[in-house]
Amino acid sequence: MLKLVTKNIGVENSHTLAVAREHGAYSRTAKALAMSPDDLVQEVIQSNLRGLGGAGFPAGRKWSFLPKDSPKPRYLVVNGDEGEPGTCKDKYIMIHDPHLLLEGIIIACWAIRSHKAFIYIRGEYDLPITRMEAAIAEAKAAGILGEKVMGHDFALDVVVHRGAGAYICGEETALLESLEGKRGWPRLKPPFPAVEGYMRCPTIVNNVETLSYVPFVVEMGGPAFAALGCERNGGLRMHTVSGRVNRPGVYELPVGTSLREIIYTHAGGIVGGRALKAVIPGGSSSPVLTADEIDVPMDFDSLAKIGSMAGSAGIIVFDETVSMVEALQVLIRFYAHESCGQCTPCREGTAWLEKIVTRILDQGGQPGDADNMLRIARNIMGNTICPLGDAAALPVISFVTKFRSEFEVWINKGRPVASIPLRPTHIGEPAMAS
Amino acid sequence: MIVNSQSATSPQVIDCGAVDHTGPVSWSATARQEVETIIARYPDRRSATLPVLWLAVREFGWISHQVELITAEVLMRPLDEIHEVVTFYTMFPRRPLGRHQIEICRNISCWLAGAVNLRDYLKQRLGIGPGETTADGKFTLSEVECLAYCECAPALRFDDRYVGNLTRESIDRLLAEAE
Ligand SMILES: Cc1cc2nc3c(=O)[nH]c(=O)nc-3n(C[C@H](O)[C@H](O)[C@H](O)COP(=O)(O)O)c2cc1C
Ligand code: SF4
Ligand code: FES
Repeated sequence: MLKLVTKNIGVENSHTLAVAREHGAYSRTAKALAMSPDDLVQEVIQSNLRGLGGAGFPAGRKWSFLPKDSPKPRYLVVNGDEGEPGTCKDKYIMIHDPHLLLEGIIIACWAIRSHKAFIYIRGEYDLPITRMEAAIAEAKAAGILGEKVMGHDFALDVVVHRGAGAYICGEETALLESLEGKRGWPRLKPPFPAVEGYMRCPTIVNNVETLSYVPFVVEMGGPAFAALGCERNGGLRMHTVSGRVNRPGVYELPVGTSLREIIYTHAGGIVGGRALKAVIPGGSSSPVLTADEIDVPMDFDSLAKIGSMAGSAGIIVFDETVSMVEALQVLIRFYAHESCGQCTPCREGTAWLEKIVTRILDQGGQPGDADNMLRIARNIMGNTICPLGDAAALPVISFVTKFRSEFEVWINKGRPVASIPLRPTHIGEPAMAS
Repeated sequence: MIVNSQSATSPQVIDCGAVDHTGPVSWSATARQEVETIIARYPDRRSATLPVLWLAVREFGWISHQVELITAEVLMRPLDEIHEVVTFYTMFPRRPLGRHQIEICRNISCWLAGAVNLRDYLKQRLGIGPGETTADGKFTLSEVECLAYCECAPALRFDDRYVGNLTRESIDRLLAEAE
């Protein structure tokens, strides 16, 4: 099976410059620097590389939105915040192949004519932070970063910036505010960061994984990269599979691989041979799918067509024993906790939703609760500064709509069954004592 | 292809318990120099706020009012702006913590893997609830949102190390090994 950004994982000392170089690191930089920035952007447009941080915006097109004639400096900001529940892929690149990410950064900076890049890494990620800092130091010492990138007339400085525990700082404008030394309060868009980003200068924000594919786009050419995926969704991507499957883990697969194949073939099917109940396909913000909706290609367009999102490809699997009411409580509690509080519908709505679900679970459900939840969630949608509001509302709407009878059972009769079964916490380890 | 995580090999333990900030504090000479190095990485001073606060956590253990004052001073920012930033983020401790910090994840993947039971087990073993520190100052327990180790759920963060595929046995081992 073809691997690109994960191909060096497992190679001993893959994070060091010497080993990374043996495995191809920086071999594509020279080729990219020999191309004109505009040609490079065209190559990335042709590759159909989509943003892998969640929104799926075509990477090359985003780069082409930078104003052509601004006298201000341009910045590249790398999003390594990795806060979307169910998603844990970027850390593998930063831990095991930091030089691949750096190469992607160099190529992107050349394409967008930026001389300074910031890598914003979530505060808890000690090892990824250490590894990225060490890789930058090695690259500087080797003349790969600095005044003359690999001997070319091109200066580039890369700085690691450590976050401090706020999910909202993964949202690009909140991230920029945080980078500017403020609380992570999202900004109204437009202006988009490409026009007014970090320090009001033109800025491109890209996810770690997105940038790590850029060297491969350069190596194989845009059209060949595009051909690895499916229509309008080029290449491969890393899928995180967690929840009730036999082999949770991160799988790098062609964009457009079917969700069923990922769950049953790669991730080994459902724990205990139980029946599948539901799947969140793209990280906790994406609407839940029922078991009969999993014959869908995991690409941005196909999932949008059935009312969900490919998002960050954080696939979370629920088996038949999971209570959807309890699961929704876990999710909505998260959004209520992480709302930055700027917009009333998001701040009040998420707290209110959490209160209702909790009351239902405490046997205090009332007849109108399900409709009330839908109404509150719909009032958040579209009425907020940033997409966190929608991200909180969408799971509520999809859970209550698709599993309504389960909510009604709780509301009318109280707790139906004990729904968190004890299970082996990891395959191959002794079962958890009760 | 399945990828296995790797955790940090040399955990750096921050000793927070012993620091009392009733009086003024000041930067050490090396820390003061580090502040300038940090500031030089950014086009403006204000952008250095988060890294300087991280340095303060390393130096002083937690962010007291006194620490906010000297941070505001080196960054040349009003005190209330610094306070606003410190309180927005969850990782800047605003009170002394135990010698070891245990953060257990309560988000969806960990919950699906039985994190509730393990949290209760930890509470029982330590005799404290989330947000509390043991009487001997050894452990502070907290419940946190997704740690981005969902593929190894249930997961916790022990100081700067991650422990995945958590079981009661691995919790016992962790607690026994901690000095
Ligand atoms: C609430 C929220 C949280 C987000 N968290 C992340 C994150 O942790 N990592 C990430 O790369 N993108 C995250 N995003 C998406 C970013 O805003 C942005 O779209 C992305 O970093 C752009 O990079 P890409 O085009 O390469 O995907 C988040 C968005 C929202 C609304
Ligand atoms: S939608 Fe929520 S998180 Fe986003 S800006 Fe508004 S209050 Fe903050
Ligand atoms: S849900 Fe616990 S680490 Fe992601």
